Amino acid sequence: MAAADDLRFQEFDDAESLLAVNREATTISIEDPGSKSHKPRRVAREKDDDHSLIGDTDSDKTELLAGQKKSAPFWTFEYYQTFFDVETYQVLDRIKGSILPWPGKNFVRLYVRNNPDLYGPFWICATLVFAIAISGNISSFLLCLGRPSHRYVPEFSKVTLAATAIYSYAWLVPLTLWGFLLWRNSRVMNVVSYSFLEIVCVYGYSLFVFIPAAVLWIIPSESVRWLSILVAMCLSGSVLVLTFWPAVRDDHRRIALATVTVIITLHVLLAVGCKEYFFDVQDITDPARSVGNLAGNKTALAAKPQ
Amino acid sequence: MAEVDDSNKPLFAGLSDVSISEDIPVEGEITVPVGPSSQDDAYSTLDEPVKETILRDLKAVGKKFVHVMYPRKSSALLRDWDLWGPLLLCVTLALMLQGGSADSKEDGGPQFAEVFVIIWFGSVVITLNSKLLGGTISFFQSLCVLGYCILPLTVAMIVCRLVLLGGSGTVSFIVRLVMVVASFSWSTFASTAFLADSQPANRKALVVYPIFLFYFVIGWMILTFSPSS
Repeated sequence: MAAADDLRFQEFDDAESLLAVNREATTISIEDPGSKSHKPRRVAREKDDDHSLIGDTDSDKTELLAGQKKSAPFWTFEYYQTFFDVETYQVLDRIKGSILPWPGKNFVRLYVRNNPDLYGPFWICATLVFAIAISGNISSFLLCLGRPSHRYVPEFSKVTLAATAIYSYAWLVPLTLWGFLLWRNSRVMNVVSYSFLEIVCVYGYSLFVFIPAAVLWIIPSESVRWLSILVAMCLSGSVLVLTFWPAVRDDHRRIALATVTVIITLHVLLAVGCKEYFFDVQDITDPARSVGNLAGNKTALAAKPQ
Repeated sequence: MAEVDDSNKPLFAGLSDVSISEDIPVEGEITVPVGPSSQDDAYSTLDEPVKETILRDLKAVGKKFVHVMYPRKSSALLRDWDLWGPLLLCVTLALMLQGGSADSKEDGGPQFAEVFVIIWFGSVVITLNSKLLGGTISFFQSLCVLGYCILPLTVAMIVCRLVLLGGSGTVSFIVRLVMVVASFSWSTFASTAFLADSQPANRKALVVYPIFLFYFVIGWMILTFSPSS
């Protein structure tokens, strides 16, 4: 029966054959913006597993899907709801993909798959901000344990600083990178460019591995801290490199290498900068400056009346 | 349709046996029997003493506090939302968190404005998050629930301050830690009980996690409060 066949996934050419046989057969057309938009997505997924690195085979379909998904005007609430169209297992999948980068698996093609979300980047950055601030607080508290001259201060202003640093990294760097890739795309025709949201997605999820690293930084041992920061930087850096290398490798050799180097350098700067600012340990032996630059005056003030 | 009529016919047939005039008195007045008539109710609150007005609102807030402390599947918090309770709790918490920083400006503890902003801005962000993920709850209902569920943490703050009056050694720290952990899990559990039903099933964890983070940060601020000595 034609009705039973229509409920199943069928190729597009079956529509014509159905119509040729029976004029009243219900067929599926790709212009329908309703529930049938799942079909082209499924076709793209089969091709994804074969060409997971190169995106140009389904780039026409990505254009099609991008046009179909965000059809609401940008001043309505529904437009922003399309950026949160993820389920729990999808978010967990993406996080898993960011921790375990595999050569040959492109994060954007494999996990994001034309459904970039803003939930992951936003809440991972928020968690990272609080993780760094709280771990920094705990580690400086542990350093000064048992020293009666020092008074514990929560150092709340560091949270604001951490928030500014991490959110600007997670949003401004993707903006610059997106603009740069767009510009190169106009010069060199076969450079694959990602959409802005996909780049934000990659950066946001790649920051996830720093959350357990920040918790490990509580341990007041320099070797543990440097080891954890190295491991975290390698993992998240390789996620970024595996994503962006196929996008720039068709460019001139130097420009491609320079782009990838800049990406890695910025990432390293963020990690090392956070560690150095929030967890400075060079003052273990010096009680007067034991809490770091911001609280330096306060401990002096507290120590004076005694 | 034929079956319905057949089943209805015996029902109506049975009713016809009832002699209405003897068993059920159907005479009487149709007007509403209460003293002031219902049309004047809307105006009468102007004439009532101020104490009654305030007490009525306080009773509503108190009833919602009870609902938070013993979270059951009741919709009282959601149906008649109000923001007085959250305001009261937020101001109390911010005042108590601030009391320890009298000696220097940059004491390091959160200032009143910081606590206020964190609580309200955090609630707004979590509400937006749950609405963007497709929740069916309204904006102010969610703010109301999140604000009321700060009550266990406020109680913990009061207890912590009392404990700190007795000294700030390791024992008091452990007592405070246990208090804060217990009240933080109570808050999260209570707000999840109210809010999680409005989400589709495959996104519940995505909505619960920011609530967990929010109360965790507030609990952290309470735990790290150190008074000026």
